[in-house]
Amino acid sequence: MDTFLQQIVNGLTLGSIYAIVALGYTMVYGIVQLINFAHGEVVMIGALTAYSVIVALTGAQVPLPAVAIVLVATMVAIPVCMAVGYTLERTAYRPLRRAPRLAPLITAIGLSIILQHLALIVWSRNPLPYPQIIHTVPYHLTGNPNGATITNVQIAIVVTSVAMMAGLVTLVYRTKLGIAMRAVAQNPSIAGLMGIDNNRVIALTFVIGAGLGAVAGVMVGSYYGIAHYQMGFLLGLKAFSAAVLGGIGNLAGAMLGGLLLGVIEALGAGYVGDLTNLCQLSGWFDALKVRCATDPNVTLFGSNYQDVFAFIVLILVLVFRPSGLLGERVSDRA
Amino acid sequence: MHPILDLRHRPAAALVGLALVAIVLVVLPFVLTGIGTFWVRITNLAILFCLLALGLNIVVGFAGLLDLGYIAFYAVGAYTYALLASPHFGLHLPFWVILPIGAAVACFFGVILGAPTLKLRGDYLAIVTLGFGEIIRIFLNNLAQPVNITNGPQGIARIDPFRIGDLSFSTTDSIAGLTFTGPMKYYYLLLVVLIAVIAINLRLQDSRIGRAWEAIREDEVAARAMGINTRNMKLLAFAMGASFGGISGGMFSAIQGFISPESFVLVESIMVLSMVVLGGMGNIWGVVIGAVLLSFAPEILRYTVEPAQRMMFGRTLLDPEVIRMLLFGLALVLMMLFRPAGILPSALRKRELETRRSAG
Repeated sequence: MDTFLQQIVNGLTLGSIYAIVALGYTMVYGIVQLINFAHGEVVMIGALTAYSVIVALTGAQVPLPAVAIVLVATMVAIPVCMAVGYTLERTAYRPLRRAPRLAPLITAIGLSIILQHLALIVWSRNPLPYPQIIHTVPYHLTGNPNGATITNVQIAIVVTSVAMMAGLVTLVYRTKLGIAMRAVAQNPSIAGLMGIDNNRVIALTFVIGAGLGAVAGVMVGSYYGIAHYQMGFLLGLKAFSAAVLGGIGNLAGAMLGGLLLGVIEALGAGYVGDLTNLCQLSGWFDALKVRCATDPNVTLFGSNYQDVFAFIVLILVLVFRPSGLLGERVSDRA
Repeated sequence: MHPILDLRHRPAAALVGLALVAIVLVVLPFVLTGIGTFWVRITNLAILFCLLALGLNIVVGFAGLLDLGYIAFYAVGAYTYALLASPHFGLHLPFWVILPIGAAVACFFGVILGAPTLKLRGDYLAIVTLGFGEIIRIFLNNLAQPVNITNGPQGIARIDPFRIGDLSFSTTDSIAGLTFTGPMKYYYLLLVVLIAVIAINLRLQDSRIGRAWEAIREDEVAARAMGINTRNMKLLAFAMGASFGGISGGMFSAIQGFISPESFVLVESIMVLSMVVLGGMGNIWGVVIGAVLLSFAPEILRYTVEPAQRMMFGRTLLDPEVIRMLLFGLALVLMMLFRPAGILPSALRKRELETRRSAG
């Protein structure tokens, strides 16, 4: 029971990060029907920028509490990522908005390579240890002293994500910019006739998505304690899978998909080893009995297959329900 | 028809041109060996990349299905060869048995990937193929437990070279007074395979199948309305592309003698895609040029960028590998922005990209 609870907690933490990144994909897709392949790299730049700020501030012995330092780092990372997001939209996507589908996808791959290697030059080829300035405090969830815990960092990640999602929903459904975004998503030419500046709204969508990505980057960095110039690729792919799972173009879908994917991944990683342990079958095969006597864990798939789950989910969703879990509510696109 | 190969209208010029190209290609390894055997190896890798790019061109260029996990088929071919001809399992089958097996296994994986993704649109397809490529790599990395199949991240070493009777492709021999080193023998073999693959591709492009692919690429609904079985044709494109990848992978295994999952990362898929895009999607000669250019790029950079940096700054600031990747990225972006049809655009592709753009 404790393992299960622990995996759920881990999964929800990871899932809220995926959800925030998935929002970036889904907003852009909803408005211009384009997969912003380089979004994962924006998250990576956010994480690395925040890393530099934290290292600089702690190195200079600035008399600030740890939480304030992380906050400052995030505040620096957000505009940096927004600038990157805007540059991407302006240089690579806007000129190709009317080109065939393959063209913007290929430029996006190109940009992703460029961003990765620029980050390699600026930071380093090696994984950078994220300074653990926030003291991690575990809180027990059950009476068992060795049982499931939730840390203050995990609580902070989940709370921040929920707050950001709420903010985004308010922005899209309660402000003038949100109305404009939904209008452009539905019909760009009519929106233009109504006096909406399409280019501005699309650019702002990219910028908002990138801002969310920056926060997600800081969260990933602090959660895993490591930042790397290639970290954006896998994270981006998983977040994209989450967006597809929920129904791409749909805000609620991205959040649901992110949380679900996080939980699936955590449970998968936690249980796949036990489920595929061949020693359960040792009553049937003598060879297995001999081997299991010396080593009780003859597992077919261990937790090192964790990264496979997201792709399997992605493929299954695309095959059986291409519109995603909440995909049919087209009017909700933003 | 290509002007150099215009056999019908200018037969004499065409024959002389072909003869010149043939002589250059035959003499090339001797000249390169004079500079250093290293360069023959680079050339061999360039030819392998030509084969890969031609295989991917079937999927991306002819049928218009963006495949970002193409290197997975290369990996499947390479591992098939490595497992059947190395001390790892103690099997030592001859290469002419393994290569078809490798092609068949890769073909099988191509269909496995193709079947569930038939309904998907271009961008979704790209992401799924990318995921597929990653899945294959993760499995190669982890299939050392509980039964050691792939030997995990350590890879498989001491893979048998090609052997025909007593003639081994890995040793140096003298034939008719000329010294042939191992890489030189592989060069000639690869050249023959490349010419065969180019010929197959040229014939394929103008065949009924090739035209069906072109129709699907242009407008799938219209193609189906014209009676083309789009499902089978798309599967065929995946299967054929994958088989070419599998054969190239097998040869890569034999030439290198060692493979590990490191050789089959996503960047390699993107590199092959860059070759196809740079040369011109759908144009066979363009793809070959793109592959040759991009395979030699790192070596050229190594000999120009590094000394230039040392001269200017006194040390190597940027690794040529990093510069190469930056140039790759830049090439992809700039090609799409300014010359979306590639260096040598296929006539149809060019028309399509230009009219769609102006019509919007």
